[in-house]
Amino acid sequence: MFMKITLLTVKQPATPLSLPLYCSRVPAGFPSPADDYIEAQLDLNEYLIKHPSSTFFARAEGTSMVNAGILDGALLIVDRSLTPQHDDIVIASVDGQLTCKILDTRIQALRSANLQYPPMMLSEGNELLIFGVVIHVVNKLCTRL
Amino acid sequence: MYALVDGNSFYASCETIFRPDLLGQPVVVLSNNDGCIVARNKEAKALGVPDLVPYFQVKSMLEQAQVHIFSSNYELYGDISRRMMDVLGAMVGDHEVYSIDEAFLRLLSSTREYKTFGKHLKDTVMQCIGMPVCVGIAPTKTLAKMANKAAKKIPGLQGVCAMDTAGKWQWVQKRFTTREVWGVGSQISDKLAAMGIHTAYDLAMSSPRQMRKHFSVVLERTIRELNGEPCLTLDQQPVPKKEIMCSRSFSHKIHDPVELQQAISQYAGRACEKMRQQERLTNLLWIFVESSRFSGPQYSNQLMVKLDSFTNDTCVITEAARLAVAELFRPGVPFHKCGIGLMELKERQPEQLHFFSPQQSEESRSLMASLDAVNRRYGRGTLGLASQGINPKWKMAREKMSPRYTTQWAELPKVRC
Repeated sequence: MFMKITLLTVKQPATPLSLPLYCSRVPAGFPSPADDYIEAQLDLNEYLIKHPSSTFFARAEGTSMVNAGILDGALLIVDRSLTPQHDDIVIASVDGQLTCKILDTRIQALRSANLQYPPMMLSEGNELLIFGVVIHVVNKLCTRL
Repeated sequence: MYALVDGNSFYASCETIFRPDLLGQPVVVLSNNDGCIVARNKEAKALGVPDLVPYFQVKSMLEQAQVHIFSSNYELYGDISRRMMDVLGAMVGDHEVYSIDEAFLRLLSSTREYKTFGKHLKDTVMQCIGMPVCVGIAPTKTLAKMANKAAKKIPGLQGVCAMDTAGKWQWVQKRFTTREVWGVGSQISDKLAAMGIHTAYDLAMSSPRQMRKHFSVVLERTIRELNGEPCLTLDQQPVPKKEIMCSRSFSHKIHDPVELQQAISQYAGRACEKMRQQERLTNLLWIFVESSRFSGPQYSNQLMVKLDSFTNDTCVITEAARLAVAELFRPGVPFHKCGIGLMELKERQPEQLHFFSPQQSEESRSLMASLDAVNRRYGRGTLGLASQGINPKWKMAREKMSPRYTTQWAELPKVRC
């Protein structure tokens, strides 16, 4: 009735680890000698994300954080559940725009990772709105893909 | 003790999570097809924007007042809802998702400082998701619902109301009408008023036995619950749906049979996707079409279609639905709505093998799995049957939709660096 097609295996976000029990067929022939050494498949979600329900992704635009390892166009992984601390890279609301900066609680400022941009001092009355703490950055290094 | 947690103007609040520039600004969300106003944040309410009015009636007023208007972004609301329920579930364990924006929680018996714990729930959801919520805590679900309303209505409570003693809930009950009690509809409340029962407190003080005679066991239970006697428990297992419906009205009237078939194909595709998510099969379809109730010739009709075996194959079901619609089509009628119901659902397992009735083939199953996988990965509607049409004209209008910030790679929030 239909063309035979192969199932696409798609890794869904935040999937639990899949543990292969046996990778070779049991009934006949030799078992694979590697069976005893099979471990869990590595799951990047598990490595990158500790609190799935409070973790959001965002896209970096601009070069003021390049020296902190955040290239223009990088994927930012942001955990809202963490309480921001001194020296954390945070997403804050600056003039109503989501902005990525380094939180400096000692001088009460948001700093860029680039000396060309002066730090933004936090004034007393203005409440600083922090969206979350950036926990990882994914920079694309090979543009062929 | 139960807590009811719900999002404040949930849809409107979802729209502001990734838009700090909108904080303090009036925001409204429109229903399907940008028809009515379905959510208003408190700034929009303060401007006097009415609830559930047709958009076109207030359009110029909204524009003048510089209200931010959004089409429904169900992808975003669904994802934020799921996250909110996960956060609540992690804090309490026993919880019942009551609707997209509210959940009942059963508090641990070790919880003592209810008001403090309520505040903790509220603050945690705010920090983790950015969603403002109100919390009502009381010994029964009916009272928790009322406490939640009180938390919203009385500004001094700051969004958290714990009614842990009879004195506290009676104080609130005296300030609520019977109509505001969970489970009491307008008919019952009118009848109660005729009996001299006006406030929730009057109702709580009435005799449950007598009221059961006048009304029903449901109202008796409500009265007991209003007095702090738990009659309703958490409904944690959502009952698997007996049928799956997918219907929607069109953005403009359809006169063309091909367009009507495209619409039913699309809804059939969506319904089948839902059915496969629930691991179910069907062999009975219900198809209906409707003209606009307000203009042109009136017509509505329906058909049941029986398939010769159980399936979840979009191709098979769409074909049957298209045949049905061709049968139901009448020239000259301005069609406004159509829909499909998958009736007679059965679980996919255990598989029964029939010698004489054809089974859904392995090819069909893997095709459906691939279809769902592609659409999950690249967004709904990426892959579908050609009969659904490409960028159809009748499609739901969502002109003012915000980005799907959390479910599409291409639409992630942008952060200035």
